[in-house]
Amino acid sequence: MFLRKVSQRPALYGSVLRLSPALSGGQRQVGATVALQNARYYASPAAEVVLEKPVVGSDTAIKAGAEKKPLMLESKSFAVNMFKGQINTAQVFPFPSVMNEEQTEFLRELVGPVSKFFDEVNDAMENDNLEKVEDSTMEGLKEMGAFGLQVPVDFGGLGLTNTQYARLVEIVGMHDLGVGITLGAHQSIGFKGILLFGNKAQKEKYLPKLATGETIAAFCLTEAGSGSDAASIKTTAVRSPCGQYFTLNGGKIWISNGGLAEIFTVFAKTPVKDEKTGQMKDKITAFIVEKSFGGVTHGPPEKKMGIKASNTAEVHFDSVRVPADCVLGEVGGGFKVAMNILNNGRFGMAAALSGTMKGVIVKAIDHAANRTQFGNKIHNYGAIQEKIARMAMLHYVTESLAYMISGNMDSGASEFQIEAAISKIFASEAAWTVTDECIQIMGGMGFMKDTGVERVMRDLRIFRIFEGTNDILRLFVALNGFQSAGSQLKTLQKALSNPLGNAGLLAGEISKRAKRKAGLGTGLTLQGTVHPELSESGELAVKAIEEFGAVIEDLLLKHGKRIIDEQFVLKRVADSAIDLYAMVAVLSRASRSLSQGLPSAQHEKMLCETWCIEAHQRITHDIKALRSSSSKQLFKNLRAISTAVVENGGVVSPHPLGF
Amino acid sequence: MARVLVGVKRVIDYAVKIRVKPDHSGVVTDGVKHSMNPFCEIAVEEAVRLKEKKVIKEVVAVSCGPQQVQETIRTALAMGADRGIHVEVSGKDYEALGPLQVSKILAALAKKEEAKMVILGKQAIDDDCNQTGQMTAALLDWPQGTFASEVAVEGDTVKVVREIDGGLETIKINLPAVVTADLRLNTPRYATLPNIMKAKKKKIAKVKPADLGVDLTSRVEVLRVDEPPQRQAGGSGTGVESEECTDTQEGLCLGDGPNQGGPVSHGDWDKPEPEPGPEPLCVCDPAPPVSTESEQWDTVL
Repeated sequence: MFLRKVSQRPALYGSVLRLSPALSGGQRQVGATVALQNARYYASPAAEVVLEKPVVGSDTAIKAGAEKKPLMLESKSFAVNMFKGQINTAQVFPFPSVMNEEQTEFLRELVGPVSKFFDEVNDAMENDNLEKVEDSTMEGLKEMGAFGLQVPVDFGGLGLTNTQYARLVEIVGMHDLGVGITLGAHQSIGFKGILLFGNKAQKEKYLPKLATGETIAAFCLTEAGSGSDAASIKTTAVRSPCGQYFTLNGGKIWISNGGLAEIFTVFAKTPVKDEKTGQMKDKITAFIVEKSFGGVTHGPPEKKMGIKASNTAEVHFDSVRVPADCVLGEVGGGFKVAMNILNNGRFGMAAALSGTMKGVIVKAIDHAANRTQFGNKIHNYGAIQEKIARMAMLHYVTESLAYMISGNMDSGASEFQIEAAISKIFASEAAWTVTDECIQIMGGMGFMKDTGVERVMRDLRIFRIFEGTNDILRLFVALNGFQSAGSQLKTLQKALSNPLGNAGLLAGEISKRAKRKAGLGTGLTLQGTVHPELSESGELAVKAIEEFGAVIEDLLLKHGKRIIDEQFVLKRVADSAIDLYAMVAVLSRASRSLSQGLPSAQHEKMLCETWCIEAHQRITHDIKALRSSSSKQLFKNLRAISTAVVENGGVVSPHPLGF
Repeated sequence: MARVLVGVKRVIDYAVKIRVKPDHSGVVTDGVKHSMNPFCEIAVEEAVRLKEKKVIKEVVAVSCGPQQVQETIRTALAMGADRGIHVEVSGKDYEALGPLQVSKILAALAKKEEAKMVILGKQAIDDDCNQTGQMTAALLDWPQGTFASEVAVEGDTVKVVREIDGGLETIKINLPAVVTADLRLNTPRYATLPNIMKAKKKKIAKVKPADLGVDLTSRVEVLRVDEPPQRQAGGSGTGVESEECTDTQEGLCLGDGPNQGGPVSHGDWDKPEPEPGPEPLCVCDPAPPVSTESEQWDTVL
């Protein structure tokens, strides 16, 4: 139910890839290129939530796009480049180390008390039973400063960097994901909009109380009829004739902290005049809404599978008069606000879940090291050893992703949306697998409530669904990637129209393709970048990037802009992209550990090598599937089976017994 | 009265599993989590509470050791101490730093700072010496109130309720005095993150022992550090053996309940007392048996 309307709305992605206009060359081609680059920022995240089609092609959009152009052409994002079959190590090697001595020292001081609070005060099981965070714990968290981790010091917060924030939410994630969501819904999305887009007056007015937890914030996007397809929201905000306020009407569902919040970041449609055509169009605008405005009500706390300690409720807006001062960002610019909030919050989920994994791994190995069966401790058996090893690898990868991205963000990277989406997908699935295996290792003990792992399992399930389902985020990753690759192809096509002037570029590209066709390396290498002891794994990554880049190009040439409808293909492309980026993240981290001569370096090397071998196998497998004609048949079958089952309202095959 | 000096020691965190160095010269401290000695936390808390009651004006936290002890001082500052003094001791001197050397430093500082009271933890959880408070009082020739579970300043005197074997002893001593904190004196507060941030602005003065006229020469030489003997697995006996076992005092009957609690809340305290079963279970070894909880599940599943 979260993944809806995507396939039925090809237009949704229409702007993501515009290859054909580019082919016609000339003036129009430039426009299309610009529109496409603009689409990167505005349209492509459509795969995840929203698309505002009119934005692409409007004058302002072209201007905005033009400004972004240089950034786009020389992207430092590793993920963007790997879709082009290129390696840009700027953001990934060496492993980001962004904290100065003072920041490190400060963080070191914070870790102890936060851990202690969660060890000794917070009772995750009790919170789960009560279906709310215990009042005393909530007060403690507020005193602790946990509600304003990233609010600037001037506004009463701790002013933490993303990396510092990641380290602390990791502790929260290790102990209690329900509390994690209460804190995250507040600061990771609830008031992040004010931090990122608020003007001075808005920051001064709201941040001090939000930082201390005196007021709680919530993020209101989802509606009953609008989940993944956020463009379809029905909540409206109509500007008063005097222009002083907006009247907000509509209902939001599944709002974390909905029943606790005083301050809401609300997304609503506002009629905006298109400067070009003079017509009124509905565009999304973000608002800061105070409960005290009147007309803001909420439903009872929802009964949920997990994260029960966190409050989830419907929030209704009935003719709420919102002052025009409360517009967050620009009128009609709400989509960008939503995107940035979500993109900026994802690394935190990866960090929190790496903590969760660390916690359950301790429980699993404690059991495996002490439980005797058939005369041996069960950790001596291969069946258990493989589980523990895989759990450790998944944790290592997730942790590496989280801190690589937080480090990139802290060093001012603006393009990290593919990486952030990858970290969210990877972390939520890895944590699920690791916790599932923890329960499996513990056997009957793991199934018991008092062991405390079943709660983690329930809590974890939502992470693959909310803040962009993993399915939608996979499309997001793939389409974002195709878009960059598409723009590169267009540059080439442009160069072809003036071969003499672009001889150098063309010669390089032609020889790259020729070498690829001939099965030779394209000259890409990670030698000198990865630690010599990891050169084999580095080569696997290079090989995978070459194959991946080639298949992306082939798919683009084959499907053109229709690639947006090929979800079977997109899913596999995204899977490979995730594996690839994960490979690079661990290569970078293990290389650093080896160069620093950490006592754990050889262990990390093993984690890295093992991961790379298997990831490379998976990528090769996926790419083979993408190239083979049999996969076409496979996708066709899958589609047909699904259609039949849906038409039948259940499985089609009769019972083997006939009744 | 004006000033209280509180000693804070940086020790290996209580939750860390201690490992002995392969050469038996000490325990592994590199890369091991350290934190403030829990009894020192109680001492800091008491001093801060005295300040909050306006009985004293200033709390000064002192720690002796290398650069890292500043973290411990920062924790004390975040809990409410006003300023810190870092007595720089490193290398061989730090390894040999014992209660006598620390007492000399504290006594010198107490005089220099004109402290009216020195509050220390009754002992540190790493060396378990339980000597520094007593030695400091002796060097200063001040009265001492050790193992305090209650401290009340009354004019120029301080009433200290002491935890002694089998009960409590209430004494009244003249100020200035040395007080050492026992487990039940108070529950230390958490250093909140905003307070940790504010503590960054508080000052930590650096002092060298030589500046205080303290000679750190130690007369104690550590010959060898060993792990405690490995616990043997327990076995169960019959009821008759159980009685014999108790009589000979060779082992510990589980039915006796845990009574070996150390100074700090150890894991043992959390374990429920086993229900007396139909057949008394006895372990003829100081080690408790491996938990049989999981085995029991087999019969259920």
